[in-house]
Amino acid sequence: MAGDALIELRGVNKHYGALHVLKDIDLTVGRGEVVVVIGPSGSGKSTLCRAINRLETVESGTITLDGRPLPEEGRALARLRAEVGMVFQSFNLFAHKTVLANVMLAPMKVHKAKKDEAARRARELLDRVGLASQADKYPAQLSGGQQQRVAIARALAMDPKAMLFDEPTSALDPEMINEVLEVMRQLARDGMTMVVVTHEMGFARSAAHRVVFMADGCIVEDRTPEDFFTAPRSERAKDFLSKILKH
Amino acid sequence: MNVLLDNLSLYGQGLLGTVELTVYSSLLALVLGFLMAAFRVAPVGSLRAIGTVWVNVLRNTPLTLLFFAVVLGLPRFGLVLPFTLFAVLALGCYTSAFICEAVRSGINTVPTGQGEAARSLGMSFPQTLGDIVLPQAFRSVIPPIGSTLIALAKNSAIAGAFSVVELLGVYKPLSERGYSIIWTFVWIAVGYLLVTLTISALFHVLEKRYGVAR
Ligand SMILES: Nc1ncnc2c1ncn2[C@@H]1O[C@H](COP(=O)(O)OP(=O)(O)OP(=O)(O)O)[C@@H](O)[C@H]1O
Ligand SMILES: [Mg+2]
Repeated sequence: MAGDALIELRGVNKHYGALHVLKDIDLTVGRGEVVVVIGPSGSGKSTLCRAINRLETVESGTITLDGRPLPEEGRALARLRAEVGMVFQSFNLFAHKTVLANVMLAPMKVHKAKKDEAARRARELLDRVGLASQADKYPAQLSGGQQQRVAIARALAMDPKAMLFDEPTSALDPEMINEVLEVMRQLARDGMTMVVVTHEMGFARSAAHRVVFMADGCIVEDRTPEDFFTAPRSERAKDFLSKILKH
Repeated sequence: MNVLLDNLSLYGQGLLGTVELTVYSSLLALVLGFLMAAFRVAPVGSLRAIGTVWVNVLRNTPLTLLFFAVVLGLPRFGLVLPFTLFAVLALGCYTSAFICEAVRSGINTVPTGQGEAARSLGMSFPQTLGDIVLPQAFRSVIPPIGSTLIALAKNSAIAGAFSVVELLGVYKPLSERGYSIIWTFVWIAVGYLLVTLTISALFHVLEKRYGVAR
């Protein structure tokens, strides 16, 4: 499945003060590949995700996107960020804008899309995530699952080459988790390159090409879902799986 | 007793002077204040440093001292302006430090995820600030900006000591003409009330209009 590399991390290190959160991370995500990142709380999964989009700086190592290293700041960084969509645990929809305006905004501001063209495309994407009828509402009027689907549509509106998901369903009530996962499964089937931090093992088994297991800032295992779930190699992974699969 | 009616034009000129000082200084303070607040949260270190120095120097300097610095200092560098303009500069810059801090604390009430979402979509810093953060911060900065501008209106009295025509300065010619000091000052106070209550009312309307939470 993995063709050429789209996202590549080499020897990435990051500290928060004395805390070494990312330790010599090497990770390659091929075009069209779906990589699920799992691991105990505090192992650095969010930091890894945010570093790929450079919402966090790293101290050493290189991160390249489609062969180009991430720029430091400014316009070049903004351009590269536009090519990677990000979906947050807490949705982060723009609270003062309608659902439609949320999806239209970045294409108009960043790609200078015309208003009616941006609106047409936004409605198309909202339809794709099953929310065409909610276009004129404000985020606070939607359920968590609906907000997260809008957030996915908003990220897709920039035609990203890859999508990062940081625990997209962790803040949701159980009955809403599936509607979001279904949208993500569809995206995966359509060939989107995805890095997904999640504890949804069902999603990992059904949609992921690889599972990356992190603990204490290191990548401990990086294997296919079948291998990982049936025969984890490390003690850490065995321990972790026994805990989360219990309930 | 008839100090007001006898000297209506004097009071009028004074009031007009105070209104002018207040309006122009407010505009300068708002522009500089928002700009410095943007500097203080900018991703560029040197801009943040400029913003920090600006706020700390101006906020911690007595306003009278600032007036002296502007009125006596700037002409040394060959910048000779009408006194009113000097006064607007001093008042506007001084007040901008307080506006900046009001705006910055408003920015801090907006969840960081809002800005992160905008940046992750490829929006630049000015776009993120202007389209996402400031509109959401606006609601919470209206009341403190109102208070700051009311303080500005009252601070404008200092300009009277630097030969600028304004309301407080009206007492000098009037006491020379032998009017009761008390009534002179009562009408001056009424003049200031007019200005400050107008500002209050204006910000009350703004709050009503934009203060609704979504
Ligand atoms: N801004 C920050 N400042 C200081 N420490 C931080 C910061 N963000 C995260 N950390 C710490 O870095 C470590 C890794 O955090 P990270 O959020 O990447 O973990 P995670 O694997 O995503 O955990 P979780 O499953 O709880 O989301 C944690 O110990 C966390 O406390
Ligand atoms: Mg996390």
